[in-house]
Parts: sequence; C-alpha cells; structure tokens
Amino acid sequence: MSATVWITVGGLAVTTALIKAVGPLIFGGRELHPVLQRVILLLPAALLAALVVTETVSGHARTVTIDARVAGMAAACIALIARAQLLVVVLAAAITTAVVRAVG
Amino acid sequence: MGPIAPIVMSVIVFAGSAQFAALAVLAVLAAGGGALAAIIAGSLLNLRFVPMGIAIAPSLVHRHVGRAARGQTLVDASWALASREDGRFDVDFLLGATLIQYPAWVGGTVLGVPGGAIIKDPNALGLDVVFPAFFLGLLVPELRKPGAKLVALLGGAVALLLTPVPPAGLPIIAASLYALTGLRR
Repeated sequence: MSATVWITVGGLAVTTALIKAVGPLIFGGRELHPVLQRVILLLPAALLAALVVTETVSGHARTVTIDARVAGMAAACIALIARAQLLVVVLAAAITTAVVRAVG
Repeated sequence: MGPIAPIVMSVIVFAGSAQFAALAVLAVLAAGGGALAAIIAGSLLNLRFVPMGIAIAPSLVHRHVGRAARGQTLVDASWALASREDGRFDVDFLLGATLIQYPAWVGGTVLGVPGGAIIKDPNALGLDVVFPAFFLGLLVPELRKPGAKLVALLGGAVALLLTPVPPAGLPIIAASLYALTGLRR
C-alpha cells in the first residue's frame, strides 16, 4: 500500500509538471491565430462553469447528488447579485450549507 | 496512508482536484496496481492545463526553461484572475497569485492531517462548497465577454450530464470544448 501511494505521488507530480509545461513550451512567445484567440477568450467561462457544476453536485462514486450544497450555492448567487466581496460570497455559501445540513 | 504522503503530494503536485481524484482512486483500489489508475485519474483532471497553458503562452517572453517554469504557476483561480478583457494574460500577476496560494495550500494540508482526526465531518461546516462558490465568484466577471454566457450555460449543462460518466475529468474536458464556439464569426 505504502509503495503504491508513493508511486502515485511521484507519478502525478511528473505528469502534472509536463501537462503544465506543454502549452507554454510549444506556443510560447508567438502570437496565437486570431481564431484560437477567440477560443481562448471563452475558455475561462466554460472551465469555471464546469467546475462550479461538478463540485456542487458530484457525490461519491460519480453520482449526481443534490444536497445542502445547492442551498449554499443559491446563497452564493444572492451574495454575488448583491455585489458582495468574494470572501463574503464563499462564507455565505459555507454557512448556509452548514445550517441546512444541521437542520435537515 | 501515513500523514506524510498527503503533505508531500501537496508540495510536489500542487493541483487540488487532481490530488483528490488520485486519492479517491487509491482509496477504492487499495490492492496492488492502483497507482497507475490513480495517476491516470489525476492526470485526466489536469488535462485542462494544456489549453490554459496555450492561453498564457503568447504573454510569456521567456526562453524555453523559463516558459516551462512559468507553466508550473498555472492554477485555476490564479489563471482566471490573470485573464484580461483582451484575451491576454498578466503572467506576473499569475505568478504572484500562485506564490500566495502555494504556502496556503501546503500549510492547509499540514493542518488538515491532524485536523481530520479532530473534525469528524468537515462537510458539517459546509467546507465542500468553498471551492464551487469561489469558482462561481470568478465566473461572474468572465460572463461579460461576448458569447461567454452561452458557453458557460452549455458548459455547465454538459458537465452536469457527464458527471456520472467515467473517467473523472471528462465533464471538465467536454465542457471546455464549448469554448470552440469562438471558432465561428
């Protein structure tokens, strides 16, 4: 078990470093084609939306689980509409989730 | 697993979702042969750093080794915050934002190892919504870019649909493909 853990840690360190280096190495210092630039401009929206959704609903073993997190994220939305600071948004989400879990 | 492995992992991997994914696979496959599956699961989640790296590439003025090193500063939050309206990236801001997060991430892991024994269920404190709420806060300013609202909507929808589909990381990669709508026009 112990060896498996260390092989995983080492292997993941290597693949992560390579994956993070490949874009800057191949495309570095050159201007991207304007078409590719438009794609890149939209990439944060796509990635962040996917991260928000998967981290809100994913349960154990890849099941979609609707629980108190959804209430917390609703609180985050309200805080964002009220133009709250990011820290306030995160706190509102965590506190709401905790309260709904405690009550429910 | 001892207390040291998660800390070393945070020091040398420094990619949160990939670390969780790899550990989740290890927890299921405690028997031999689990290492490769765990590395693949973590790496798939990290594949999003390839387009993120291409995105910052034109903003890097360094030589090869320097560029590869700057690539290591890629973290979701830093990257999103460093993106500018014109599609270029403030790479020094990216470096600074990551340098602040790195000790926090490693320090948090160090605290978390004994903390896990004290706090039986961290989810009771709502800690599991910290990251999605934070990412939601980063998403809002991105929606001002032309076409971004539709991309976020479609990306979120496909991520939801694909959440039950293996392998881990597929929903994120599939959602990022919606950025390809930028090819039109």
